[in-house]
Amino acid sequence: MDLNNQEISQAEQKRRDYRKQQRKRSVWISLASTLAFAAIVWFGLLATPGWDRVEQSFFNWDVAVEAFPRVIDGLLLNLRVLVAAAILVLFFGLLLAVIGTLKAPVFFPLRVLAKGYVDLFRGLPLIIVLYLVGFGIPGLRLEFLGRIPAEVLGIAALTITYSAYVSEVFRAGIESVHSSQRLAARSLGLSYSQSMRLVVLPQAVRKVVPPLMNDFIALQKDVGLISVLGAIDAVRGAQIEVAKFANFTPYVLAGLLFVLLAIPTIRLADRISARFSSREQQGVSL
Amino acid sequence: MIDWNSPRLKVVGLKKFYGERQVINGVDLEVFPGQIVALIGSSGSGKSTLLRCVNQIEDLTDGQIFLDGEEVSAPGVDQDRIRAQIGLVFQSFNLFGHLSILNNITLALRHVKKMDKDKAKSLAMSWLSRIGLGDRGDSYPDKISGGQQQRAAIIRAVAMEPKVLLLDEVTSALDPELVGEVLDLIRELKSGGTTILMATHELSFAREVADWVIFLEQGQIYEQGEAVDFFENPKLPRTIEFLSRMRSR
Repeated sequence: MDLNNQEISQAEQKRRDYRKQQRKRSVWISLASTLAFAAIVWFGLLATPGWDRVEQSFFNWDVAVEAFPRVIDGLLLNLRVLVAAAILVLFFGLLLAVIGTLKAPVFFPLRVLAKGYVDLFRGLPLIIVLYLVGFGIPGLRLEFLGRIPAEVLGIAALTITYSAYVSEVFRAGIESVHSSQRLAARSLGLSYSQSMRLVVLPQAVRKVVPPLMNDFIALQKDVGLISVLGAIDAVRGAQIEVAKFANFTPYVLAGLLFVLLAIPTIRLADRISARFSSREQQGVSL
Repeated sequence: MIDWNSPRLKVVGLKKFYGERQVINGVDLEVFPGQIVALIGSSGSGKSTLLRCVNQIEDLTDGQIFLDGEEVSAPGVDQDRIRAQIGLVFQSFNLFGHLSILNNITLALRHVKKMDKDKAKSLAMSWLSRIGLGDRGDSYPDKISGGQQQRAAIIRAVAMEPKVLLLDEVTSALDPELVGEVLDLIRELKSGGTTILMATHELSFAREVADWVIFLEQGQIYEQGEAVDFFENPKLPRTIEFLSRMRSR
């Protein structure tokens, strides 16, 4: 039924006219304030004494075109590292979270280790983990491994750190599944591990998709840090081009590409979160 | 062969403490095959705890539980195997939210009874059509009414063919207009010969279907008797007071 085609009372007509007027007003106000803000930024920047030099060395179109191939090549490496690390992080994060829930006394040492691991790597800056793994593991001179590529060491370091974060997300998810679900599973004769695998985890994973997406977005930009190990990724590629042209534009270019890469993921995460929260407002338990 | 003269379920000297608080204070009871035993009593009298202890999703503090003569509370007994033989239905349904109604029912059939997928599915479907939910197999729990959810939850337990079915105030969380359909299902289970131990606030229903009624008061059996006689001639003062309080509601 289309409400607009219905006869409406005078009171409703008045309300609608008022709302329409308000909408019109707010459009004008936002337009004016946006223009004013843009003008301030524009003239504020252009008026700075060093703007011409900054423009030359950071926003140089010719340099950007020249540097593009190497930077985009590097970005492809970043993408490969991202995919590999994301998969490993999901696996180890879930594993750590499940270990944390094991209550049997046999698992005591495992549980303590998992807890210690999470504490350690949530606190340790990623850059230090990268240095320790990147220069420490080759330093062990494990000849049978041959020369380990820098990107592999980078994947290892990212996995080590992010697994700790993600395990906490999964743990929160497991705890958020109401205990009555586990009771119902156990009352039917399902074992502890069956109820975990068939009832608790599927529901926990669904609940943590939005926070997981956040960690994925963070990982997406942190893959740029593998450049400190010498992998020729987008950041390192940009660095090489910066040295070649004595111009910082390649950094801006690399940064822009990272942002472009992140935007679809960010929008997707927003949409997923919105869907989840609207479901919860309907009182639907997932 | 069913031995009709020995109890299907026997509880001896059951005690349950939560810390210092004693919730079940030495309860003995027997449920014979095909019998319905009703547990009544005010909130906090220990009805739910008693049922949870029988299913042993709560540890006992003391006492023994026998199922067809086997002491299932003995140390070393595989509790998962026993729970599969003692169905428990909760006040709040507790259907698995991520599974369709059909998969809620087949989950334990497949993973506990190791039934193959198609067989479990057809068994679940036949149960669902019997209770008029044949077209709801693919629905998720949050898309159907409370009465439908509770009936599905009962079927989930019954499909496992438990030796005894425990019903924990299965109508208490329902809107009054939905209570009837759940009670109808229990009536049908009774005529099918299911052995049931149920905690309930539905006194007239208990009087109608139960063979034996137990009145719990502060974790102890205060008075018990054959159903009609129990309701018509309560003997002890607190029973009389409780029954009149419930009737005047």
